[in-house]
Amino acid sequence: MSDLCRLTIHEARDLLRRGEISAVELTRAHLERIETVDARVRAYLHVDADLALAQAEDADRRRAAGEDDSLLGIPLAVKDIITVQGMPATAGSRILEGFMPPYEATVSRRLRKRGAVFLGKTNLDEFAMGWSTENSAFFTSRNPYALDRVPGGSSGGSAAAVAADEALVALGTDTGGSVRQPASWTNTVGLRPSYGRVSRWGVIAFASSLDQVGPLTKDVRDNAILLEAIAGHDPRDSTTMPEPVPRYEDLLEGGVQGMHFGLPREYFVKNIHPGVRRAILQAVDKLVELGATVEETHLHYTKYGMPVYYLVGTAELSANLARYDGVRYGFSAGAANMWENYRQTRGRGFGQEVKRRIILGAYALSAGYYDQYYLKAQKVRTLIREEFETAFETFDALVAPVAPVPPFKIGQSPTDPVELYLTDVLTLPTALAGLPCISVPAGFMEDEGESLPVGLQIIGKPFDEATVLRIAYAFEQATNWRQVRPQLA
Amino acid sequence: MSKYELVVGLEVHAQLLTKSKMFCGCSADSWDAPPNSHTCPICLAMPGMLPVINREAVAQTIRAGLALNCTIAEEAVFARKNYMYPDLPKGYQISQYELPLCVNGWLDIDAGEGTKRIRITRAHLEEDTGKLVHAGDVSLVDLNRAGVPLLEIVSEPDLRSIEEVNEYLSRLRQILVYIGVNSGNLERGAMRMEANISLRPRRSAELGTKVEIKNLNSFRAVRNALEYEVARQTRILDSGGEVEQVTLGWLEHEGRTYVQRTKESAHDYRYFPEPDLPPLFIERAWVEELAAGLSELPLARRARFESEYGLSRADADVLVGARATADFYEAAVAATGDAMTPKQVANWMMGDLFRLVKESGKPLQEASITPAMFAELLTLVANKTINANTGSRVLKTMFQTGEGAATIVEREGLAQVSDADVLAQAIERVLAAHPDEVGRYRDGQTKLLGWFMGQVMRETRGKADPNLVRQMLMERLQR
Repeated sequence: MSDLCRLTIHEARDLLRRGEISAVELTRAHLERIETVDARVRAYLHVDADLALAQAEDADRRRAAGEDDSLLGIPLAVKDIITVQGMPATAGSRILEGFMPPYEATVSRRLRKRGAVFLGKTNLDEFAMGWSTENSAFFTSRNPYALDRVPGGSSGGSAAAVAADEALVALGTDTGGSVRQPASWTNTVGLRPSYGRVSRWGVIAFASSLDQVGPLTKDVRDNAILLEAIAGHDPRDSTTMPEPVPRYEDLLEGGVQGMHFGLPREYFVKNIHPGVRRAILQAVDKLVELGATVEETHLHYTKYGMPVYYLVGTAELSANLARYDGVRYGFSAGAANMWENYRQTRGRGFGQEVKRRIILGAYALSAGYYDQYYLKAQKVRTLIREEFETAFETFDALVAPVAPVPPFKIGQSPTDPVELYLTDVLTLPTALAGLPCISVPAGFMEDEGESLPVGLQIIGKPFDEATVLRIAYAFEQATNWRQVRPQLA
Repeated sequence: MSKYELVVGLEVHAQLLTKSKMFCGCSADSWDAPPNSHTCPICLAMPGMLPVINREAVAQTIRAGLALNCTIAEEAVFARKNYMYPDLPKGYQISQYELPLCVNGWLDIDAGEGTKRIRITRAHLEEDTGKLVHAGDVSLVDLNRAGVPLLEIVSEPDLRSIEEVNEYLSRLRQILVYIGVNSGNLERGAMRMEANISLRPRRSAELGTKVEIKNLNSFRAVRNALEYEVARQTRILDSGGEVEQVTLGWLEHEGRTYVQRTKESAHDYRYFPEPDLPPLFIERAWVEELAAGLSELPLARRARFESEYGLSRADADVLVGARATADFYEAAVAATGDAMTPKQVANWMMGDLFRLVKESGKPLQEASITPAMFAELLTLVANKTINANTGSRVLKTMFQTGEGAATIVEREGLAQVSDADVLAQAIERVLAAHPDEVGRYRDGQTKLLGWFMGQVMRETRGKADPNLVRQMLMERLQR
């Protein structure tokens, strides 16, 4: 493997600035890396080498003309639920197979303006609904640390691409944990920004009040750089907030000395794997060693996260996915009449999990059930948010595990949906509350003879990504788990 | 009189007059445009697209709400109304459900000598659907109209006759056009109606079973559909039957309603708050600003015309019918000053001017004549420079050429002849030429005076001062 693929953004930035490497060299190295390992990792749904090299050449020209930017010439990957001009967008679904969007997401546009190079689109669970990429209509991505296991999901392709050095950084989306959980399982850094921090325009919707785009990176500094590039108010997304975007990279230093963290007991759920528990408690010790105080606390509403999430989220997606009707774009079954074409297009175009959730959501909204399901869920959602607000009166941040269990072996995910849904119980309440949170590498655990990554979750106050990143950075600098590389050769 | 009382509530969908659509930048005016030429990824509901609220549509809705005496919400929420149909690209319509922009208003309509207050339940903002074009055995989708802002105005079931329904719709249309939020052009679908109708025995307090009639695209369709339903339901009730609660469609060409949906198959729209749009907080200062900018409404203006100008209600009603007409009238009255009474100005307007406007086929505001020009003409008549008949002729020329009245009078030598010597000579010529008639007049056939007047006018090519001629003729013939 070329050493160029090991670089972070900030390392590559220095080399590019000094003229020691070119964007074309950097891009070519990553395309070669994809060529070498992706048949095994299967991170990408779509790679466009010509387009990537053309962008890299353009980046080199811009640099030669005197331009300088952290992202100028940086090759990255984008989860295939975020639209990029000139690339297909499938959302991991048959129903969008072959769809070429005539626009691109605000986040993509912002990265393009900064001179980033788009390598391709990464695999995901269909419409971001899942924990493993096993719900992708196309194939399952592999965990670079254990190729017989899933990388997590739904942003599994993006996490795997970064972990396997197939991209410097990648974008994912997090609706209920889809950035943090795969980051936790692939020894990468994954951040879910505050709801309203990053534009959803051009991001294929799953659950509108929960979806957020987040960076998946090799280290915290890169995460800060990428977040700053995509964050900020967008007049085309009315749910984005006008809060100014700080220069996160400049706010990483300072450590955790004197900070006070809460450790919610409820996040150590019954089914938590002892290896996860051990890693998190060790991480807590490390934070204390670094000068922070950590106190056990309670978040009593944690257990309602799952039911609330699966009512609100499915209600929203049942409407968001109604547009896939075979009339204007995407897959169409071509049946003889309108209703039959709806049935066949959606029946064949959507996978089982998507259909299950559409039905759940439609049910939660239907006459006679709205009050007891959707409305009740929204009320509990408010209680969950308020409970976090109260916790933040005491704590600077909360620390917790990300996923209670290690990555599943492929094909061995629990078959009972309710058991499966328990996989993301520790990432749902924060998503419902719209809080910024990060998964940062916190060591490894043993499971059936394999050494598997574990992530530490750091949860911050609304729009205080800076503090979340600063804590994660202090922890990362003191532990440096990212030095443990996957054995892919 | 029928033994049943008709009870009607109306839902009116009025297309707002915004430049762009409700949630995207596409032009809202796509009349005659090629199919799907006014569309973009947002109104085509492509993946990942998000709506952004059109501020002007909200402003127009608030203005309509104010004109309909509604309370304007402090917090308004958009909601998704879910159903699948090819003319609805997102599979849901963004509408308002629990917290509409305007609630609890009313509209006064004429009822006999007085007025009747019809309560408005709510007025909310939503987006229009596209339309399906059926061509042989295929159906084509045109989404030009998809996403155009619609104002939905829902009345309470306060209407008790088809005449009241008609009056309500006419008044509503008049107000919406007056305040500039609707074109009033029903041929182009600017207003579409749904009627909720039930019959009950007279003097019964309970409401009968409600039937909803959809897709009524003209006031005439509303009238015809209601007449049809009254007859149908009367037959059912007379024979001891029960009216079924259904949703009906109206077949204009066949002149009958048909069942679209029964109660059992009623849609469950699964409304829920639109998560892509945060709640709208309507600032009171903005509402006040919009209220201040609202023009005087037709009924208030009519009352003022009656009291201020001494017009009859019928005349005032005609003059306030369109805002441009009322504005023209008031400007003309002011410019005419004391030369003519407002009543005389109204007569000239409703007579000669309206006839010319009607013949031209264009609205008054597009005519070449201004209120000032009209007032100049009336002043020439009032100060006897020209007589009334000449005035009519001059007005017609003004209308055609856009010239001023004085210019035309001068060029064509139309000034009234009031010179007694000139008129006396003309009278002498007429009497000399018609000795028989002079004799008959003197024998008592005094109604021949009018005939003599006509002869003298002809002699003077219509320019003679008619009052003076009449006086001189009577004196001369009595000699």
